[in-house]
Amino acid sequence: MNKLWLIIQREYLTRVTKKSFIIATLITPLAMGVFFVLVAYIMSYEGSEELNIAVIDNAGVLRDKAFGDDNTTFYTTIKSPLDEAKELVKEGNYDGILVIPAIAKMEVRKYTSYYYSDASLGLDKRMDIQSKLKKHYRNYKIQELALDKKKMESVDVEIDFQPEPLDEDGVKESSMAAYVKAAIGGGLAFVMYMAVFIYGMMVMRSVSEEKTSRIVEVMISTVKPFQLMLGKIIGVGAVGLTQVTIWGILLPVITFIASFFIDPSASQPGASDMAAAGIDQQDIMYQFTQAMENLGDQNWLFIAPLFLIFFLGGYFLYASMFAAVGSAVGEDTGESQSLTIPITIPIVIAFYIMFVAIRAPQSALAVWASIFPLFSPIVMPARLAFDPPFWQVGLSIVLLIATVIFFVWLSGRIYRVGILMYGKKATFKELFKWVFYKA
Amino acid sequence: MEVLKVENITKSYSGKQAVRGVSFTIKEGAIFGLLGPNGAGKTSIIRIITTITAADEGSVYFCGNPLNERHPEQIGYLPEERGLYKKMKVGEHLLYLARLKGLSKSEAKEALDYWMKRFEIADWWKKKVEELSKGMQQKIQFISTVIHKPKLLILDEPFSGLDPINTNLIKSEIRRLRDEGTTIIFSTHRMEQVEEICEEIALISNGKKILSGHVDEIKERFKENNFEVEMDSTDSLDISGFGNIISQDGKRFIFHLAEGKNSSDLLLHILNQGRQVKSFREILPTLNEVFIKQVKIDNPELAAANEA
Repeated sequence: MNKLWLIIQREYLTRVTKKSFIIATLITPLAMGVFFVLVAYIMSYEGSEELNIAVIDNAGVLRDKAFGDDNTTFYTTIKSPLDEAKELVKEGNYDGILVIPAIAKMEVRKYTSYYYSDASLGLDKRMDIQSKLKKHYRNYKIQELALDKKKMESVDVEIDFQPEPLDEDGVKESSMAAYVKAAIGGGLAFVMYMAVFIYGMMVMRSVSEEKTSRIVEVMISTVKPFQLMLGKIIGVGAVGLTQVTIWGILLPVITFIASFFIDPSASQPGASDMAAAGIDQQDIMYQFTQAMENLGDQNWLFIAPLFLIFFLGGYFLYASMFAAVGSAVGEDTGESQSLTIPITIPIVIAFYIMFVAIRAPQSALAVWASIFPLFSPIVMPARLAFDPPFWQVGLSIVLLIATVIFFVWLSGRIYRVGILMYGKKATFKELFKWVFYKA
Repeated sequence: MEVLKVENITKSYSGKQAVRGVSFTIKEGAIFGLLGPNGAGKTSIIRIITTITAADEGSVYFCGNPLNERHPEQIGYLPEERGLYKKMKVGEHLLYLARLKGLSKSEAKEALDYWMKRFEIADWWKKKVEELSKGMQQKIQFISTVIHKPKLLILDEPFSGLDPINTNLIKSEIRRLRDEGTTIIFSTHRMEQVEEICEEIALISNGKKILSGHVDEIKERFKENNFEVEMDSTDSLDISGFGNIISQDGKRFIFHLAEGKNSSDLLLHILNQGRQVKSFREILPTLNEVFIKQVKIDNPELAAANEA
């Protein structure tokens, strides 16, 4: 026990005190923060060139009102005929001419406007003009057809979906809940997926390094191979928990700080577009705060400890397999690849099932995959926010623990032979034989 | 007292017999040579003694008790294939290995101070292992093997990769440890080192012990009754009736003494011829010769292949 503890300490401390670890742990969330700010900036980037557009309103849809300038585009309604306007463009007074042809028929839905210019119009600008035209046409038609504007607008209905419990005192959920839960599920499953790969591979590399540097022979004359393997898996697992925890704390903090750098008015591509589409800025803010509230309302006391169990279970399960592979291969990385692929397949399949699990958490696929121990470490965390039945979680944990014990034992059997085996090509058949070797 | 008693151990790996019924005992304070060509089964035997593997049959006793998993703490093992954690600092590394051997932190520090001073490497404490030269790393490796004052020290080719200065350093350390009561198993296929260091040997070939005993006794056993005499001149020598001359190199004659004849009588016979003898000695076989001969007898195929 004492020796195992010494091994765990070494494995943990040598990694955590490494400069590269400290940098990766601190820089990664920071880099992600910078990345988000950058993406937000790029997405909100609007063409900076100024455009002066002459508008010839033959249809009269504008009713002498302004077309609607924005920061970089200015519209001037002119009365001149097209030919004269074209001259004005050539002289450089305008960049282009927007012609709204006279309306021949009121009862059609499709109209065409023309834009005269030698310079082509950017996609953003074009969509902006189209949506503005649409609004002008709409207002014009409401008036011309003598429609009641209020009645007209009431036709475009919006449906909010409100889940209600059967009992009055049951837990009331907001309409956002399903999305928030799916986001939590996806997020947790993603963390699992990454952790299994990153830290599992770390174990594998470290084992094969010990083998090729031949320190392993010195080590196992003092400690049991199983202690050495277990110590490494636990030590690296502790490194993983440390890193994930630090990221879990830093990431929200940095996102919060980063959000100050993003100008909310410019953040969404064309806030005016949304206004045009009837989406209210305030509405978005409301939904956002509701989502945040929902996030806080989740049963974290249920989710967090269970996630920890599945995190550890999944990590031990796959890390032990990676350790076995690491012990079997030496310097030859190609060899390790052919052995790791079969291990990664269940992880990747589980990751895809996770997408089903967050959309349909009670579906048969999601339920059974979250119980099957090779998938459960990734699929069950995806379902945790959806209040899965206790028996399913319980069964899943029991099966997972049993499987972990089995695989750690199995990997230990392979490991103890593998670390002392040189020059033998490692195949699955060979690994299988090692399991039955006498000590 | 017998520190180690190995009784009729066998070990096979996936059908191939690596050790076939080997027995030997090692007395306290002895330097025991475990010899044999590559692949003879030396490492397999050592792995059984260090509890890395278990024997299929037979038993091993450590200081009179059946070998158990607490015993490795009293054994220091320097494997032939050895290495260190390259990224660790020398001091931390040695401390770690010492503590795995069961020393407390303060005991380990104390022992470490002693050895680092002894090897004049006290200022390496904060150096990373990878910054050291190969020879320096070997010193660290040696310290890590003996830091916990093992009762039994197993050295598998300890001098491979060492320069002459470090070889002498380690050699004198081995002798000093022996004088302090450490029992040592010295495994090698380099015979000149064995003659220099070992008292008792066991020769392993093909997983079997084909020869064992005290070095002098073995030489005695395998001597061929050959003598070398150095004369005052190159004039031919008459030893008729005593044996036959094998070769002559200047004033040196090598001859074989016939069965039942006495070397003193022969010397008298020569002296009676009125000639001066500068030196007269019996030629004992080197361990190397014994080794090659015995391995060849045991391995006819190998011998044939070597001659071809």
